[in-house]
Amino acid sequence: MGKVVVVTSGKGGVGKTTSTAALGAAVAKTGKKVALVDFDVGLRNLDLIMGAERRVVFDLVNVIQGTAKLSQALIRDKRVETLFLLPASQTRDKDALTEEGVGEVIEKLRSVFDYVFCDSPAGIERGAQLAMRFADEAVIVTNPEVSSVRDSDRIIGLLDARTMRAEHGEHIAKHVLVTRYDAARAARGEMLSIDDVLEILSVPLLGIIPESQDVLRASNLGSPVTLSEPLNAAAKAYLESARRLEGEDLPVVVPFERKGFLDRLLGRRAA
Amino acid sequence: MTFAAPVETKSIRFRARSFVAFTLTPEAPITEWLEGLDHWIGNSPGYFSGRPVVLDLNVLKPDVSDIAALIASLGARGIRVYAVELEGASLGPELPPLLGNAKEATTDGLLAQPGRKGRADAATGKSDAGDEAGKAEHGNHEHGKHGGDEGRAEAAGKLAERGKGGVEARADGVAEPRLDVVQSGTLMIKSPIRSGQSIFHPHGDVIVLGSVASGSEIIASGSIHVYGTLRGRAIAGAQGNLSARIFCRKNEAELIAVDGWYTTAEEMEGVSRGKAVQAFLENDMLAVVPLN
Repeated sequence: MGKVVVVTSGKGGVGKTTSTAALGAAVAKTGKKVALVDFDVGLRNLDLIMGAERRVVFDLVNVIQGTAKLSQALIRDKRVETLFLLPASQTRDKDALTEEGVGEVIEKLRSVFDYVFCDSPAGIERGAQLAMRFADEAVIVTNPEVSSVRDSDRIIGLLDARTMRAEHGEHIAKHVLVTRYDAARAARGEMLSIDDVLEILSVPLLGIIPESQDVLRASNLGSPVTLSEPLNAAAKAYLESARRLEGEDLPVVVPFERKGFLDRLLGRRAA
Repeated sequence: MTFAAPVETKSIRFRARSFVAFTLTPEAPITEWLEGLDHWIGNSPGYFSGRPVVLDLNVLKPDVSDIAALIASLGARGIRVYAVELEGASLGPELPPLLGNAKEATTDGLLAQPGRKGRADAATGKSDAGDEAGKAEHGNHEHGKHGGDEGRAEAAGKLAERGKGGVEARADGVAEPRLDVVQSGTLMIKSPIRSGQSIFHPHGDVIVLGSVASGSEIIASGSIHVYGTLRGRAIAGAQGNLSARIFCRKNEAELIAVDGWYTTAEEMEGVSRGKAVQAFLENDMLAVVPLN
Protein backbone atom coordinates (compact mmCIF):
# COMPACT_ATOMS: atom_id res chain seq x y z
CA MET A 1 0.00 0.00 0.00
CA GLY A 2 1.35 3.37 -0.97
CA LYS A 3 1.44 6.52 1.06
CA VAL A 4 -0.86 9.42 0.28
CA VAL A 5 0.79 12.79 0.89
CA VAL A 6 -1.15 16.02 0.61
CA VAL A 7 0.79 19.16 -0.23
CA THR A 8 -1.16 22.04 1.21
CA SER A 9 -0.74 25.54 2.65
CA GLY A 10 -3.94 27.52 3.03
CA LYS A 11 -2.45 30.55 1.38
CA GLY A 12 -2.02 30.75 -2.39
CA GLY A 13 1.20 31.40 -4.24
CA VAL A 14 3.52 29.92 -1.66
CA GLY A 15 4.74 27.11 -3.91
CA LYS A 16 2.44 24.13 -3.39
CA THR A 17 2.37 23.06 -7.01
CA THR A 18 6.07 23.68 -7.56
CA SER A 19 6.86 21.71 -4.41
CA THR A 20 4.53 18.87 -5.39
CA ALA A 21 6.28 18.55 -8.74
CA ALA A 22 9.78 18.86 -7.30
CA LEU A 23 9.23 16.44 -4.41
CA GLY A 24 7.32 13.96 -6.58
CA ALA A 25 10.04 13.95 -9.21
CA ALA A 26 12.73 13.60 -6.56
CA VAL A 27 11.04 10.58 -5.01
CA ALA A 28 10.34 9.04 -8.42
CA LYS A 29 14.01 9.37 -9.36
CA THR A 30 14.85 6.88 -6.61
CA GLY A 31 12.76 4.28 -8.48
CA LYS A 32 9.57 4.59 -6.45
CA LYS A 33 6.28 4.69 -8.33
CA VAL A 34 4.82 8.14 -7.83
CA ALA A 35 1.50 9.67 -8.85
CA LEU A 36 0.90 13.43 -8.72
CA VAL A 37 -2.77 14.34 -8.44
CA ASP A 38 -3.85 17.90 -9.20
CA PHE A 39 -6.87 18.83 -7.05
CA ASP A 40 -7.05 22.39 -8.26
CA VAL A 41 -10.07 21.79 -10.47
CA GLY A 42 -10.73 24.85 -12.58
CA LEU A 43 -7.28 26.37 -12.02
CA ARG A 44 -4.98 23.53 -12.85
CA ASN A 45 -1.27 24.21 -13.06
CA LEU A 46 0.53 21.01 -12.25
CA ASP A 47 0.32 19.87 -15.88
CA LEU A 48 2.16 23.02 -16.97
CA ILE A 49 4.87 22.66 -14.37
CA MET A 50 5.33 19.01 -15.30
CA GLY A 51 5.41 19.94 -19.00
CA ALA A 52 2.50 17.65 -19.76
CA GLU A 53 -0.13 20.20 -20.76
CA ARG A 54 -0.23 19.05 -24.37
CA ARG A 55 -0.81 15.44 -23.43
CA VAL A 56 -3.88 15.89 -21.23
CA VAL A 57 -6.84 13.93 -22.61
CA PHE A 58 -8.80 12.85 -19.57
CA ASP A 59 -8.68 14.27 -16.08
CA LEU A 60 -9.62 13.65 -12.46
CA VAL A 61 -13.23 14.72 -12.96
CA ASN A 62 -13.62 12.30 -15.91
CA VAL A 63 -12.35 9.47 -13.73
CA ILE A 64 -14.65 10.39 -10.85
CA GLN A 65 -17.66 10.60 -13.16
CA GLY A 66 -16.74 7.31 -14.82
CA THR A 67 -16.27 8.69 -18.31
CA ALA A 68 -12.64 7.58 -18.33
CA LYS A 69 -10.60 4.88 -16.67
CA LEU A 70 -7.87 5.82 -14.26
CA SER A 71 -5.25 4.26 -16.54
CA GLN A 72 -6.45 6.44 -19.41
CA ALA A 73 -6.19 9.63 -17.41
CA LEU A 74 -2.75 9.03 -15.91
CA ILE A 75 0.04 10.66 -17.90
CA ARG A 76 3.47 9.06 -17.70
CA ASP A 77 6.35 11.50 -17.41
CA LYS A 78 8.79 11.47 -20.33
CA ARG A 79 11.87 11.92 -18.16
CA VAL A 80 11.22 9.60 -15.22
CA GLU A 81 9.27 6.51 -16.11
CA THR A 82 7.95 5.84 -12.60
CA LEU A 83 6.38 9.31 -12.41
CA PHE A 84 2.72 9.83 -13.34
CA LEU A 85 0.38 12.80 -13.39
CA LEU A 86 -3.37 12.82 -12.90
CA PRO A 87 -4.40 16.28 -14.09
CA ALA A 88 -7.34 18.32 -12.88
CA SER A 89 -10.10 19.53 -15.13
CA GLN A 90 -9.75 23.11 -16.24
CA THR A 91 -13.32 23.52 -17.44
CA ARG A 92 -15.09 22.40 -14.29
CA ASP A 93 -15.12 23.66 -10.73
CA LYS A 94 -14.55 22.08 -7.35
CA ASP A 95 -18.18 21.01 -7.04
CA ALA A 96 -17.48 18.35 -9.64
CA LEU A 97 -15.52 16.47 -6.99
CA THR A 98 -17.39 14.11 -4.69
CA GLU A 99 -16.00 12.59 -1.57
CA GLU A 100 -16.84 9.04 -2.62
CA GLY A 101 -15.36 9.59 -6.07
CA VAL A 102 -12.15 11.07 -4.71
CA GLY A 103 -11.94 8.25 -2.16
CA GLU A 104 -12.24 5.59 -4.85
CA VAL A 105 -9.60 7.21 -7.05
CA ILE A 106 -7.19 7.61 -4.14
CA GLU A 107 -7.69 3.99 -3.05
CA LYS A 108 -6.94 2.75 -6.56
CA LEU A 109 -3.85 4.93 -6.78
CA ARG A 110 -2.73 3.84 -3.34
CA SER A 111 -2.84 0.18 -4.37
CA VAL A 112 -0.67 0.78 -7.44
CA PHE A 113 1.76 3.54 -6.46
CA ASP A 114 4.33 3.87 -3.68
CA TYR A 115 3.55 7.56 -3.25
CA VAL A 116 0.50 9.60 -4.16
CA PHE A 117 1.07 13.36 -3.91
CA CYS A 118 -2.11 15.41 -3.80
CA ASP A 119 -1.58 19.01 -4.88
CA SER A 120 -4.13 20.96 -2.88
CA PRO A 121 -5.76 24.16 -4.11
CA ALA A 122 -5.36 27.25 -1.95
CA GLY A 123 -7.99 28.06 0.60
CA ILE A 124 -9.77 25.94 3.16
CA GLU A 125 -12.87 25.12 1.15
CA ARG A 126 -14.13 22.00 -0.52
CA GLY A 127 -11.23 21.49 -2.93
CA ALA A 128 -8.61 21.79 -0.23
CA GLN A 129 -10.58 19.60 2.16
CA LEU A 130 -11.04 16.84 -0.40
CA ALA A 131 -7.35 16.97 -1.28
CA MET A 132 -6.41 16.31 2.35
CA ARG A 133 -9.31 14.02 3.13
CA PHE A 134 -7.61 10.67 2.47
CA ALA A 135 -4.03 11.68 3.20
CA ASP A 136 -1.67 9.73 5.45
CA GLU A 137 0.86 12.52 5.62
CA ALA A 138 0.85 16.22 4.95
CA VAL A 139 3.48 18.59 3.67
CA ILE A 140 2.57 22.09 4.75
CA VAL A 141 4.22 24.59 2.43
CA THR A 142 4.94 27.87 4.17
CA ASN A 143 6.74 31.06 3.27
CA PRO A 144 8.50 32.75 6.16
CA GLU A 145 5.85 35.47 6.24
CA VAL A 146 3.32 36.05 9.00
CA SER A 147 0.27 35.69 6.76
CA SER A 148 1.48 32.43 5.29
CA VAL A 149 2.35 31.00 8.69
CA ARG A 150 -1.03 31.85 10.16
CA ASP A 151 -2.84 30.27 7.22
CA SER A 152 -0.67 27.19 7.60
CA ASP A 153 -1.61 27.02 11.25
CA ARG A 154 -5.26 27.05 10.25
CA ILE A 155 -4.66 24.25 7.75
CA ILE A 156 -2.92 22.17 10.42
CA GLY A 157 -6.04 22.55 12.54
CA LEU A 158 -8.12 21.25 9.64
CA LEU A 159 -5.71 18.38 9.05
CA ASP A 160 -6.23 17.34 12.65
CA ALA A 161 -10.00 17.50 12.28
CA ARG A 162 -11.21 16.86 8.77
CA THR A 163 -9.03 14.08 7.46
CA MET A 164 -10.19 10.47 7.42
CA ARG A 165 -7.31 9.53 9.70
CA ALA A 166 -8.09 12.21 12.23
CA GLU A 167 -11.74 11.19 12.29
CA HIS A 168 -10.70 7.64 13.08
CA GLY A 169 -8.48 8.86 15.87
CA GLU A 170 -5.29 8.13 13.99
CA HIS A 171 -2.29 10.36 13.67
CA ILE A 172 -1.59 12.22 10.46
CA ALA A 173 2.13 12.91 10.04
CA LYS A 174 2.79 16.56 9.28
CA HIS A 175 5.88 18.26 7.91
CA VAL A 176 6.61 21.91 7.30
CA LEU A 177 8.38 22.82 4.10
CA VAL A 178 9.59 26.42 4.19
CA THR A 179 9.86 27.75 0.65
CA ARG A 180 11.10 30.99 -0.87
CA TYR A 181 13.49 31.48 2.01
CA ASP A 182 15.60 34.53 1.30
CA ALA A 183 18.78 34.37 3.38
CA ALA A 184 19.60 38.03 2.79
CA ARG A 185 16.17 39.23 3.89
CA ALA A 186 16.17 36.85 6.83
CA ALA A 187 19.56 38.22 7.91
CA ARG A 188 18.09 41.72 7.85
CA GLY A 189 15.18 40.55 9.95
CA GLU A 190 12.65 41.23 7.19
CA MET A 191 11.33 37.68 7.26
CA LEU A 192 10.31 35.37 10.04
CA SER A 193 13.19 33.20 11.11
CA ILE A 194 12.98 29.43 10.75
CA ASP A 195 12.86 29.19 14.53
CA ASP A 196 9.87 31.52 14.65
CA VAL A 197 8.03 29.52 12.00
CA LEU A 198 8.65 26.24 13.78
CA GLU A 199 7.77 27.71 17.14
CA ILE A 200 4.45 28.99 15.85
CA LEU A 201 3.51 25.85 13.94
CA SER A 202 5.10 23.27 16.26
CA VAL A 203 5.41 20.78 13.43
CA PRO A 204 8.71 19.14 12.38
CA LEU A 205 10.67 20.71 9.54
CA LEU A 206 10.96 18.85 6.24
CA GLY A 207 13.26 21.29 4.54
CA ILE A 208 14.09 24.88 3.66
CA ILE A 209 13.96 25.80 -0.01
CA PRO A 210 15.93 28.95 -0.79
CA GLU A 211 14.33 31.60 -2.99
CA SER A 212 15.72 30.98 -6.45
CA GLN A 213 15.09 32.29 -9.93
CA ASP A 214 16.01 28.85 -11.23
CA VAL A 215 12.90 27.35 -9.63
CA LEU A 216 10.70 29.85 -11.46
CA ARG A 217 12.56 29.29 -14.70
CA ALA A 218 12.26 25.53 -14.40
CA SER A 219 8.53 25.84 -13.72
CA ASN A 220 8.05 28.00 -16.79
CA LEU A 221 9.97 25.53 -18.91
CA GLY A 222 7.69 22.73 -17.74
CA SER A 223 10.19 20.80 -15.72
CA PRO A 224 10.49 20.30 -11.97
CA VAL A 225 13.73 21.85 -10.76
CA THR A 226 14.83 18.53 -9.27
CA LEU A 227 14.91 17.06 -12.80
CA SER A 228 16.17 19.94 -14.89
CA GLU A 229 18.78 21.47 -12.58
CA PRO A 230 19.55 18.93 -9.86
CA LEU A 231 22.72 20.77 -8.79
CA ASN A 232 20.90 24.00 -8.03
CA ALA A 233 20.67 24.90 -4.33
CA ALA A 234 16.87 24.82 -4.35
CA ALA A 235 16.85 21.49 -6.18
CA LYS A 236 19.29 20.06 -3.65
CA ALA A 237 17.04 21.24 -0.84
CA TYR A 238 14.06 19.52 -2.51
CA LEU A 239 16.04 16.31 -3.02
CA GLU A 240 17.04 16.29 0.63
CA SER A 241 13.46 17.03 1.68
CA ALA A 242 12.28 14.08 -0.39
CA ARG A 243 14.76 11.83 1.40
CA ARG A 244 13.50 13.09 4.75
CA LEU A 245 9.95 12.41 3.61
CA GLU A 246 10.99 8.81 2.97
CA GLY A 247 12.17 8.60 6.56
CA GLU A 248 15.86 9.40 6.26
CA ASP A 249 17.34 11.37 9.13
CA LEU A 250 19.20 14.26 7.53
CA PRO A 251 20.06 17.44 9.40
CA VAL A 252 18.50 20.63 7.99
CA VAL A 253 20.95 23.43 7.28
CA VAL A 254 19.52 26.93 7.27
CA PRO A 255 20.66 28.58 4.03
CA PHE A 256 23.01 31.48 4.55
CA GLU A 257 23.86 34.26 2.21
CA ARG A 258 26.81 33.12 0.14
CA LYS A 259 27.89 36.57 -0.83
CA GLY A 260 27.98 37.74 2.74
CA PHE A 261 29.95 34.69 3.73
CA LEU A 262 32.53 35.22 0.98
CA ASP A 263 32.71 38.90 1.80
CA ARG A 264 33.49 38.02 5.35
CA LEU A 265 36.24 35.61 4.21
CA LEU A 266 37.71 38.17 1.86
CA GLY A 267 37.44 40.82 4.50
CA ARG A 268 39.34 38.66 6.91
CA ARG A 269 42.06 38.03 4.35
CA ALA A 270 42.40 41.68 3.61
CA ALA A 271 42.82 42.51 7.25
CA MET B 1 -25.74 -29.71 21.40
CA THR B 2 -27.71 -26.64 22.19
CA PHE B 3 -27.84 -24.44 25.17
CA ALA B 4 -30.67 -22.28 26.21
CA ALA B 5 -29.64 -18.67 26.28
CA PRO B 6 -29.94 -17.16 29.73
CA VAL B 7 -32.92 -14.91 30.08
CA GLU B 8 -31.81 -11.34 30.44
CA THR B 9 -33.89 -8.99 32.42
CA LYS B 10 -33.27 -5.43 31.54
CA SER B 11 -33.75 -2.96 34.29
CA ILE B 12 -35.23 0.40 33.54
CA ARG B 13 -32.93 3.22 34.43
CA PHE B 14 -34.22 6.26 36.17
CA ARG B 15 -31.86 9.06 36.73
CA ALA B 16 -32.24 12.47 38.17
CA ARG B 17 -30.52 15.13 36.16
CA SER B 18 -30.34 18.85 36.31
CA PHE B 19 -30.46 20.91 33.18
CA VAL B 20 -30.01 24.52 32.48
CA ALA B 21 -32.96 26.38 31.07
CA PHE B 22 -33.72 29.99 30.41
CA THR B 23 -36.27 31.54 32.63
CA LEU B 24 -38.62 34.26 31.47
CA THR B 25 -40.22 36.35 34.16
CA PRO B 26 -43.17 38.35 32.85
CA GLU B 27 -44.09 41.48 34.75
CA ALA B 28 -47.25 43.47 34.86
CA PRO B 29 -48.49 45.23 32.80
CA ILE B 30 -48.20 42.26 30.52
CA THR B 31 -48.75 44.14 27.24
CA GLU B 32 -45.76 46.39 27.90
CA TRP B 33 -43.67 43.44 28.91
CA LEU B 34 -44.57 41.67 25.67
CA GLU B 35 -43.66 44.80 23.71
CA GLY B 36 -40.26 44.84 25.36
CA LEU B 37 -39.86 41.18 24.57
CA ASP B 38 -40.78 41.75 20.93
CA HIS B 39 -38.25 44.51 20.72
CA TRP B 40 -35.58 42.26 22.15
CA ILE B 41 -36.48 39.38 19.83
CA GLY B 42 -36.33 41.84 16.95
CA ASN B 43 -32.71 42.49 17.85
CA SER B 44 -31.84 38.81 18.19
CA PRO B 45 -34.17 36.87 15.89
CA GLY B 46 -34.21 33.16 16.49
CA TYR B 47 -32.61 33.49 19.89
CA PHE B 48 -35.23 31.34 21.58
CA SER B 49 -35.77 28.86 18.78
CA GLY B 50 -35.33 25.35 20.05
CA ARG B 51 -34.42 26.51 23.54
CA PRO B 52 -36.32 25.23 26.52
CA VAL B 53 -37.80 28.12 28.42
CA VAL B 54 -39.29 28.06 31.87
CA LEU B 55 -41.96 30.63 32.59
CA ASP B 56 -41.55 32.12 36.05
CA LEU B 57 -44.93 33.47 37.07
CA ASN B 58 -44.09 34.20 40.70
CA VAL B 59 -43.81 37.92 39.96
CA LEU B 60 -46.82 38.28 37.72
CA LYS B 61 -49.01 35.83 39.68
CA PRO B 62 -51.72 35.54 37.02
CA ASP B 63 -54.94 33.59 37.32
CA VAL B 64 -54.58 30.02 36.21
CA SER B 65 -57.12 30.72 33.49
CA ASP B 66 -54.86 33.39 31.94
CA ILE B 67 -51.77 31.22 31.78
CA ALA B 68 -52.83 29.35 28.65
CA ALA B 69 -53.29 32.62 26.78
CA LEU B 70 -49.88 33.88 27.89
CA ILE B 71 -48.19 30.65 26.81
CA ALA B 72 -49.97 30.86 23.46
CA SER B 73 -48.79 34.42 22.93
CA LEU B 74 -45.22 33.34 23.71
CA GLY B 75 -45.65 30.37 21.38
CA ALA B 76 -46.59 32.80 18.62
CA ARG B 77 -43.19 34.44 19.18
CA GLY B 78 -41.39 31.11 18.78
CA ILE B 79 -40.83 30.59 22.50
CA ARG B 80 -41.63 27.11 23.68
CA VAL B 81 -42.51 26.98 27.33
CA TYR B 82 -41.80 23.58 28.71
CA ALA B 83 -42.49 24.22 32.37
CA VAL B 84 -44.07 26.82 34.60
CA GLU B 85 -42.89 28.10 37.94
CA LEU B 86 -45.70 29.34 40.17
CA GLU B 87 -45.76 28.73 43.88
CA GLY B 88 -48.81 27.07 45.29
CA ALA B 89 -50.56 26.65 41.97
CA SER B 90 -52.04 23.50 40.51
CA LEU B 91 -52.24 23.42 36.76
CA GLY B 92 -54.40 21.31 34.54
CA PRO B 93 -53.02 18.70 32.15
CA GLU B 94 -53.32 21.07 29.19
CA LEU B 95 -50.60 23.31 30.65
CA PRO B 96 -46.88 22.57 30.96
CA PRO B 97 -45.87 20.93 34.24
CA LEU B 98 -44.96 22.90 37.32
CA LEU B 99 -41.37 23.22 38.45
CA GLY B 100 -40.30 24.03 41.95
CA ASN B 101 -37.20 24.46 44.06
CA ALA B 102 -35.38 26.38 41.37
CA LYS B 103 -31.82 27.37 42.05
CA GLU B 104 -30.22 30.35 40.51
CA ALA B 105 -27.54 29.40 38.05
CA THR B 106 -24.14 30.44 39.26
CA THR B 107 -20.82 30.93 37.62
CA ASP B 108 -19.32 27.75 38.94
CA GLY B 109 -20.70 25.77 36.19
CA LEU B 110 -24.41 25.77 35.87
CA LEU B 111 -25.39 28.48 33.54
CA ALA B 112 -23.41 29.95 30.79
CA GLN B 113 -24.69 33.44 30.76
CA PRO B 114 -26.83 33.92 27.69
CA GLY B 115 -24.67 35.76 25.28
CA ARG B 116 -25.51 39.28 24.42
CA LYS B 117 -23.78 41.26 21.86
CA GLY B 118 -21.31 43.20 23.86
CA ARG B 119 -21.37 46.78 22.88
CA ALA B 120 -17.84 47.81 23.51
CA ASP B 121 -17.48 51.15 25.08
CA ALA B 122 -14.19 52.32 23.74
CA ALA B 123 -13.53 54.84 26.46
CA THR B 124 -13.68 52.45 29.33
CA GLY B 125 -13.03 49.27 27.50
CA LYS B 126 -16.18 47.93 28.99
CA SER B 127 -19.21 46.70 27.18
CA ASP B 128 -22.61 46.78 28.64
CA ALA B 129 -25.65 44.78 27.78
CA GLY B 130 -28.79 46.76 27.15
CA ASP B 131 -31.42 46.99 29.83
CA GLU B 132 -33.84 45.47 27.42
CA ALA B 133 -31.89 42.28 27.41
CA GLY B 134 -31.61 42.29 31.14
CA LYS B 135 -35.36 42.49 31.51
CA ALA B 136 -36.12 39.90 28.94
CA GLU B 137 -34.13 37.38 30.83
CA HIS B 138 -34.34 36.29 34.34
CA GLY B 139 -33.90 39.29 36.50
CA ASN B 140 -31.14 38.24 38.83
CA HIS B 141 -28.31 37.71 36.44
CA GLU B 142 -25.55 40.16 36.43
CA HIS B 143 -25.49 42.15 33.29
CA GLY B 144 -23.23 40.68 30.69
CA LYS B 145 -20.13 42.67 30.12
CA HIS B 146 -18.01 40.82 27.77
CA GLY B 147 -16.72 41.79 24.40
CA GLY B 148 -18.94 38.99 23.28
CA ASP B 149 -19.37 37.10 20.10
CA GLU B 150 -22.32 35.14 18.95
CA GLY B 151 -20.53 31.86 18.95
CA ARG B 152 -20.41 31.98 22.66
CA ALA B 153 -24.10 32.43 22.93
CA GLU B 154 -24.54 29.42 20.75
CA ALA B 155 -22.44 27.21 22.94
CA ALA B 156 -23.70 28.75 26.12
CA GLY B 157 -27.26 28.22 25.13
CA LYS B 158 -26.83 24.50 24.89
CA LEU B 159 -28.25 22.49 27.69
CA ALA B 160 -25.37 21.93 29.99
CA GLU B 161 -25.45 18.80 31.99
CA ARG B 162 -24.78 19.37 35.56
CA GLY B 163 -22.46 17.28 37.62
CA LYS B 164 -20.72 15.77 34.67
CA GLY B 165 -18.20 18.51 34.34
CA GLY B 166 -19.34 18.68 30.75
CA VAL B 167 -16.90 20.23 28.38
CA GLU B 168 -18.06 22.16 25.42
CA ALA B 169 -15.39 22.88 22.95
CA ARG B 170 -16.81 24.76 20.06
CA ALA B 171 -14.28 24.58 17.35
CA ASP B 172 -15.95 26.16 14.41
CA GLY B 173 -16.01 22.96 12.50
CA VAL B 174 -12.36 22.66 13.27
CA ALA B 175 -10.46 20.18 15.28
CA GLU B 176 -11.19 19.63 18.82
CA PRO B 177 -7.73 19.52 20.24
CA ARG B 178 -7.08 16.79 22.73
CA LEU B 179 -9.15 17.70 25.71
CA ASP B 180 -8.84 16.30 29.16
CA VAL B 181 -10.98 17.34 32.04
CA VAL B 182 -8.52 16.94 34.84
CA GLN B 183 -11.12 17.24 37.54
CA SER B 184 -14.46 18.82 37.50
CA GLY B 185 -14.01 22.31 36.26
CA THR B 186 -10.54 22.27 34.77
CA LEU B 187 -9.96 21.69 31.09
CA MET B 188 -6.46 20.61 30.11
CA ILE B 189 -5.41 20.93 26.47
CA LYS B 190 -2.16 19.25 25.59
CA SER B 191 -1.97 20.14 21.92
CA PRO B 192 -1.38 23.60 20.52
CA ILE B 193 -4.49 25.63 19.68
CA ARG B 194 -4.51 26.38 15.97
CA SER B 195 -5.65 29.48 14.19
CA GLY B 196 -9.42 29.44 13.74
CA GLN B 197 -10.07 27.13 16.68
CA SER B 198 -12.22 28.25 19.54
CA ILE B 199 -12.28 26.69 22.97
CA PHE B 200 -15.32 27.42 25.08
CA HIS B 201 -15.28 26.11 28.61
CA PRO B 202 -18.11 27.28 30.82
CA HIS B 203 -17.13 25.17 33.82
CA GLY B 204 -13.89 26.57 35.15
CA ASP B 205 -10.25 26.96 34.27
CA VAL B 206 -8.50 26.17 31.02
CA ILE B 207 -4.88 25.03 30.94
CA VAL B 208 -3.08 24.97 27.61
CA LEU B 209 0.30 23.26 27.54
CA GLY B 210 1.17 24.43 24.02
CA SER B 211 0.80 27.74 22.30
CA VAL B 212 -2.38 29.55 21.34
CA ALA B 213 -2.17 30.68 17.74
CA SER B 214 -3.05 34.03 16.32
CA GLY B 215 -6.67 33.91 15.19
CA SER B 216 -7.82 31.45 17.84
CA GLU B 217 -9.64 32.06 21.09
CA ILE B 218 -10.15 30.59 24.52
CA ILE B 219 -13.22 31.50 26.50
CA ALA B 220 -13.42 30.24 30.06
CA SER B 221 -15.61 30.96 33.02
CA GLY B 222 -12.56 30.63 35.23
CA SER B 223 -8.90 31.42 34.74
CA ILE B 224 -6.75 30.67 31.69
CA HIS B 225 -3.20 29.35 31.91
CA VAL B 226 -1.08 29.15 28.77
CA TYR B 227 2.32 27.52 29.10
CA GLY B 228 3.33 28.36 25.53
CA THR B 229 2.99 31.67 23.76
CA LEU B 230 -0.42 33.32 23.80
CA ARG B 231 -1.00 34.85 20.37
CA GLY B 232 -4.77 34.56 20.12
CA ARG B 233 -7.55 35.88 22.33
CA ALA B 234 -8.02 34.85 25.92
CA ILE B 235 -11.30 35.67 27.63
CA ALA B 236 -11.42 34.64 31.28
CA GLY B 237 -14.29 34.99 33.68
CA ALA B 238 -16.55 35.13 30.66
CA GLN B 239 -19.71 34.67 32.68
CA GLY B 240 -18.87 37.16 35.33
CA ASN B 241 -15.99 36.25 37.60
CA LEU B 242 -14.02 39.10 39.10
CA SER B 243 -11.29 36.87 40.42
CA ALA B 244 -10.46 35.08 37.16
CA ARG B 245 -6.94 35.58 35.88
CA ILE B 246 -4.96 34.92 32.74
CA PHE B 247 -1.41 33.64 32.90
CA CYS B 248 0.93 33.06 29.99
CA ARG B 249 4.60 32.35 29.45
CA LYS B 250 4.82 34.81 26.61
CA ASN B 251 2.24 37.46 25.89
CA GLU B 252 1.68 38.10 22.20
CA ALA B 253 -2.09 38.12 22.63
CA GLU B 254 -4.51 39.82 20.28
CA LEU B 255 -6.87 40.49 23.15
CA ILE B 256 -7.01 39.72 26.84
CA ALA B 257 -10.25 40.01 28.77
CA VAL B 258 -11.24 39.30 32.35
CA ASP B 259 -14.86 39.57 33.37
CA GLY B 260 -15.61 41.80 30.41
CA TRP B 261 -12.72 44.21 30.86
CA TYR B 262 -10.37 43.90 28.00
CA THR B 263 -7.20 45.20 26.50
CA THR B 264 -5.88 44.79 22.98
CA ALA B 265 -2.49 44.07 21.51
CA GLU B 266 -2.06 47.70 20.60
CA GLU B 267 -2.57 48.86 24.16
CA MET B 268 -0.14 46.29 25.48
CA GLU B 269 2.54 47.13 22.93
CA GLY B 270 5.80 48.05 24.57
CA VAL B 271 4.34 47.50 28.04
CA SER B 272 3.69 43.85 28.58
CA ARG B 273 4.08 42.19 25.23
CA GLY B 274 6.67 39.49 24.78
CA LYS B 275 6.84 38.86 28.51
CA ALA B 276 5.51 36.30 30.91
CA VAL B 277 2.49 38.04 32.35
CA GLN B 278 -0.64 37.67 34.38
CA ALA B 279 -3.79 39.65 33.84
CA PHE B 280 -6.30 40.32 36.60
CA LEU B 281 -8.81 42.88 37.77
CA GLU B 282 -7.73 45.48 40.23
CA ASN B 283 -10.14 48.21 41.26
CA ASP B 284 -12.26 47.57 38.16
CA MET B 285 -9.22 47.96 35.96
CA LEU B 286 -7.58 45.22 33.98
CA ALA B 287 -3.96 44.98 35.05
CA VAL B 288 -1.52 43.10 32.84
CA VAL B 289 1.69 42.78 34.79
CA PRO B 290 4.86 40.77 34.24
CA LEU B 291 5.24 37.74 36.43
CA ASN B 292 7.88 38.03 39.17
